[in-house]
Amino acid sequence: MVTILDYGAGNLTSVRLAFERLGETPTLITRADEWRGGRIVFPGVGSAASGMAGLRARGFDALLRRAADEGVPILGVCLGMQLLLEGSEEDGGVEGLGLIPGRCVRFDPTRDPTAKIPHMGWNTVDQTPHPLWAGIPDGAAFYFVHSFFARPAAETDIAGRTEHCGERFASALTHGSLFATQFHPERSGEAGAALLRNFLSWEAR
Amino acid sequence: MLLKRLIVCLDVRNGRVTKGVRFQGNVDVGDPVEMAARYCADGADEIVFYDITASAERRACDLDMVARAARALSVPFTVGGGIRGVEDMRAALLAGADKVSLNSLAVQTPDILTQGAKAFGSQCVVLGMDAKRVPVTATIPSGYEVVIHGGRTPTGRDALAWAKEAVDRGAGEICLNAIDTDGVRQGYELDITGLVAQAVPVPVIASGGAGAIQHLVDVFQIARADAALVASMVHTMGFTCQSIKDGLRQAGIPVR
Repeated sequence: MVTILDYGAGNLTSVRLAFERLGETPTLITRADEWRGGRIVFPGVGSAASGMAGLRARGFDALLRRAADEGVPILGVCLGMQLLLEGSEEDGGVEGLGLIPGRCVRFDPTRDPTAKIPHMGWNTVDQTPHPLWAGIPDGAAFYFVHSFFARPAAETDIAGRTEHCGERFASALTHGSLFATQFHPERSGEAGAALLRNFLSWEAR
Repeated sequence: MLLKRLIVCLDVRNGRVTKGVRFQGNVDVGDPVEMAARYCADGADEIVFYDITASAERRACDLDMVARAARALSVPFTVGGGIRGVEDMRAALLAGADKVSLNSLAVQTPDILTQGAKAFGSQCVVLGMDAKRVPVTATIPSGYEVVIHGGRTPTGRDALAWAKEAVDRGAGEICLNAIDTDGVRQGYELDITGLVAQAVPVPVIASGGAGAIQHLVDVFQIARADAALVASMVHTMGFTCQSIKDGLRQAGIPVR
């Protein structure tokens, strides 16, 4: 059973359809008390400040903390990944959920003046061994659209790395029962579908 | 490393894919969603659907087709044609499109770019621009003029200046179609593509003129485009996305 959190941060059609292509029927919820257990997908696009406000308004901040405590497999995607960190420098500084130590920072265009920001398109991910990479070749490409990236405090929380704008940044994170990607597996062809399939069978603990 | 993108363009006319030559004479080549799914399986990085009859018929783009595409495709796709305002953009995005391309409407009502970027984020807002080579003048210093209505109406605006303005207003990507080379398979227009790609901080998709793998190599290596759009190469000329990508890899261009 898969539950997708709908907290007003972008449209979740493509995430829902990606799971439907795998034969799942995800439930979209807009309030924390609608969660009936099972895996949680925490997607989102848009700004960190409005994303956090949307999470709190629906009680999803508490739900995610509780689910992470209980070892429920949680997949964060894009803004969902960024909000799992302790904070972001977006919107003048936003406090995140703090479920993964570290912060989210903006690409610095002076590090590579030829790099385009937002980082948009397909880029390769160098994997750190993890069950969610099963069957996906190391260095496979995924689809990215973002201007901020995660800078986790612990190396051990990094599940994948990607280069852009003079950074070798953490494009996938894992921490306990959390797995999170800066890229969009729902828009990343076969490799993305394989990652979502692996999430559905992942025994986080 | 950020990879160069191969984008397949499907011109949709009354629900069917057509391929035109300089906006005239169109041949039917198939069902848009079935074709897109095949190109996706073949390695296309992105798909663009242009509903080329929507504007003339004053209707929104075909939302049923958008919804079918969203169910079938696991790569990003853009829809263009027939977008009349923010509500049409919203409908296309809610139906599952990743991006909306604005062309004539953006020229006539530039604020739509800002409204779209505010409502949905710049990453959803693609400026589609048709550029035509003209003599260099004080008002058109780049030598390329923006034309609209499928190339029929000159605007008197400089293509390079418009690209910069559109990005300032909120466009998150520019799809630059060269009218002179479109459909004639002799290569992309490298001059204006290079000028725009170097001038704007957002990705630039080159469009119009691909007929050989070398044309894509050139537009990536010489004009520094971020993505290249192909149509007839894969619809009717016998190339596959994989064969194009193999050629690009051999030329040292990083692709998926």
